[in-house]
Amino acid sequence: MATEPLLSVRDLSIDFALRTHILHAVRGVNFDLRHGQTMCLVGESGSGKSVTARALLGLVDRPGRISRGTIRLHDGIDIARLRPGGRAIRRVRGRRIGLVFQEPMSSLSPVHTIGAQIAEAVRLHRRLDRRAARARVAELLRAVEIASPEEMLDRYTFEFSGGMRQRAMIAMALAGEPEVLIADEPTTALDVTTQAEILDLIKRLQIERGMAVLLITHDMGIVAEVADQVAVMRFGRIVEQGSVERIFYDAEHAYTRRLLGATRKLERTGVAPRKSEVSPPILSVRGLGKVFEGRRRMFGRATSPVRAVSDVSFDLFEGESLGIVGESGSGKTTVGRMVLRIIDPSEGSIRYRDRDGASVDLCALGREGRRAYHRDVRLVFQDPFASLNPRLNVKQIVGEPLLIAGIANGRALDRRVAELLDMVGLDPLAMERYPHAFSGGQRQRIGIARALALDPRIIIADEATSALDVSIRSQILDLLIGLQARLGLSFLFIAHDISVVRYFCHRVAVMHRGRIVEIGDTATICSRPAEPYTKSLISAVPNPDPRAKRMLNRHRFTAAA
Amino acid sequence: MVRYVLRRILYMIPTLFGMSLIAFLIIQLPPGDYLTSLVANMTSNGQTVDPAQIAKLRQIYGLGDPFYIQYGKWIWGIISRGDFGYSFEWNQPVARLIWSSMGATLLISLLSLIFVWAVSLPIGIYSAVRRHSFGDHVFTFVGFLGLAVPNFILALTLMYLAYRYFGQSVGGLSSPQFEGAPWSFAKLIDLLSHLWIPVVIIGASGTAALIRILRANLTDELHKPYVVTARAKGLPEHRVILRYPLRIALNPFVSALGWVLPHLVSGATIVAIVLNLPTAGPLLFKALVSQDMYLAGSFILVLSALTLVGMLISDLLLAALDPRIRYDR
Repeated sequence: MATEPLLSVRDLSIDFALRTHILHAVRGVNFDLRHGQTMCLVGESGSGKSVTARALLGLVDRPGRISRGTIRLHDGIDIARLRPGGRAIRRVRGRRIGLVFQEPMSSLSPVHTIGAQIAEAVRLHRRLDRRAARARVAELLRAVEIASPEEMLDRYTFEFSGGMRQRAMIAMALAGEPEVLIADEPTTALDVTTQAEILDLIKRLQIERGMAVLLITHDMGIVAEVADQVAVMRFGRIVEQGSVERIFYDAEHAYTRRLLGATRKLERTGVAPRKSEVSPPILSVRGLGKVFEGRRRMFGRATSPVRAVSDVSFDLFEGESLGIVGESGSGKTTVGRMVLRIIDPSEGSIRYRDRDGASVDLCALGREGRRAYHRDVRLVFQDPFASLNPRLNVKQIVGEPLLIAGIANGRALDRRVAELLDMVGLDPLAMERYPHAFSGGQRQRIGIARALALDPRIIIADEATSALDVSIRSQILDLLIGLQARLGLSFLFIAHDISVVRYFCHRVAVMHRGRIVEIGDTATICSRPAEPYTKSLISAVPNPDPRAKRMLNRHRFTAAA
Repeated sequence: MVRYVLRRILYMIPTLFGMSLIAFLIIQLPPGDYLTSLVANMTSNGQTVDPAQIAKLRQIYGLGDPFYIQYGKWIWGIISRGDFGYSFEWNQPVARLIWSSMGATLLISLLSLIFVWAVSLPIGIYSAVRRHSFGDHVFTFVGFLGLAVPNFILALTLMYLAYRYFGQSVGGLSSPQFEGAPWSFAKLIDLLSHLWIPVVIIGASGTAALIRILRANLTDELHKPYVVTARAKGLPEHRVILRYPLRIALNPFVSALGWVLPHLVSGATIVAIVLNLPTAGPLLFKALVSQDMYLAGSFILVLSALTLVGMLISDLLLAALDPRIRYDR
């Protein structure tokens, strides 16, 4: 490398003094950030990548502390030696190094206007009066491509969409004109199309300003699209680093290869093609729509109704996986909930063919009928942490549906729970343990075992793998595919992640603004989409191949609003 | 916003109506009325009572009427001419009695509230930021002591200390020589020297509670990502905390406005009796014992109204403080 590094990290170690032992969160990490280059720090959750990023700003929370090593800026300042909270480190924060976080909603204050928060950052680093600061904020907002910035800076965080919040966050990080920008999972909480726009923006700003960017991510696709240099982290160490070409085509470390393998695996399909069936569909949805009524108040005006779903029709066949993809707010979750009959549809019909082959009108079901239906249709949730009661052990969690339905108790219940755990690849001896003892992937397996307890026919999986690391994600998908083959299950698979749908589903329905814009075979939709919206959605997905950058050359869909 | 305030005020009308009904009903619940307790008092003093005279009195006061007629007469008097009825015990219109004690009540309430805010805010912040430090443990200990010790014992202790070591005249809100004297600077000083005891005592439990609440809320907020964002901007630590997490943890402080008044009247009655304060609590207590129903009912009504106003103010302040609440309507 010809250029001097802007920032170089040498032998950095961070320890957390816990009550019982010392946790070495980061061990002997070395890397350099250079002018105009993007360094990607990749790793799965718990690998120490976020702590490393925070250490660069002296933001390691107690009980963590930098135990060894240096973080040297090009003019010789060693950030690791600066007193936390002191004047010297505050001159680094914002002015030399800017930081962008994962969750733009919680990273911005809910009670201050966007403009006030950015103006504060501006005035910290530059002597400007109120008016000049305001003008500067508007300029920054324009730089991050927020339309009519003068108007937007008086808005609050919750009035912004997710993508706009992240733009505002980037504007704030740029306020002090830093040389280095750290982005910690900046797009994980966003839709694919928004993700592509934000990554575009970061790239453009980087080129304009010649910043060094440290991008932290778990997504190899993003790495392939934007990185110049890559460092792969695991258990607090960098196991391998090098140019993006070398990492993707000539990886030396087994872990890197495994990570790439898990990502590339999702580029293909994992299901055997379904035999074309003549049997009538198990679930038949026609003209389904939902309007959320405005609330009415005494003495007050009613709020206006919101149309979430309109005219949705599809069939789900036995042993089939149907994916529903769309961005947040497209109505996909509402469709899932209506099919589950948790919320009432405003219009349309859902017909279900029960075990005896009789067709049941789900919209007309009473309480008793619905209870019987809920035995046949089960749900797997997104968040494996929030969806398991921490005070129940695994046996109670998995066995609860059986107890409620009065199917088994005592010894028989134990046997059935053991069988279910075995089915999802967990050791039946784990029955007595509590959820906190399990990792995210294992918890999701527990959730699946619970869904299987009543021997259902349809499983609705709402973003069931989006909270999991890539390597775990494909394992869970393989598990579901295996279960489908064994038990003849039908899946309604709701997701925003197209690679997951491509891997798992026979057919896909693409939703946009409450409507299904396109429905068909997964292979067709993913390789030859007909609708412009689908095209833009597919092309916004990062391609884990640095020689074929799909996202940055993507098809842009301009919605007629 | 104006629409919201109007709506809130409209909501208050049915609430107040319901409260007055319940208040009146509860006062009527014990067997007998003012006259029976009067007769019982007189006979125990050895006086003879003429039953005919009592029956006549009962008719004059309307005590023989059914409940709804009595209530109707009372509430109509209030609405049509601001007449809260007549106190049997004091032989005075209720309105005059109420207004004379309400001033002191409001004064002590407000001062207690300010005391509670002034003390619990810095301590709460300190305790949250330096959680599990020595200072935090000390404040926690003192705070629990303040919560656990009954107020009237605290009152007796403070009175003793003030009398023994400062040689102050204690009890009431003024020294004997200023009783009924016109307002002067000396009288004001005297008033202030009396006021601090009830304010400290009444504020004690509220302070302890608010410190705990602020500590818990602020602890939750301190580790939110937006605080790290503020730090990453390069803000000094004290400005980070005051500007961001504290702003959000402050809501219960404002809500305190709504509960401090009812607390003072119902919870602090014993303190007021011990300290001989001319506030509403002891008067209400006496009225309830002697079944002086119009006085008791009117007190409860006026206090309910004030509480509702306090809650409205605290809600409006909350909306001013937190845009999420403001935009939710």
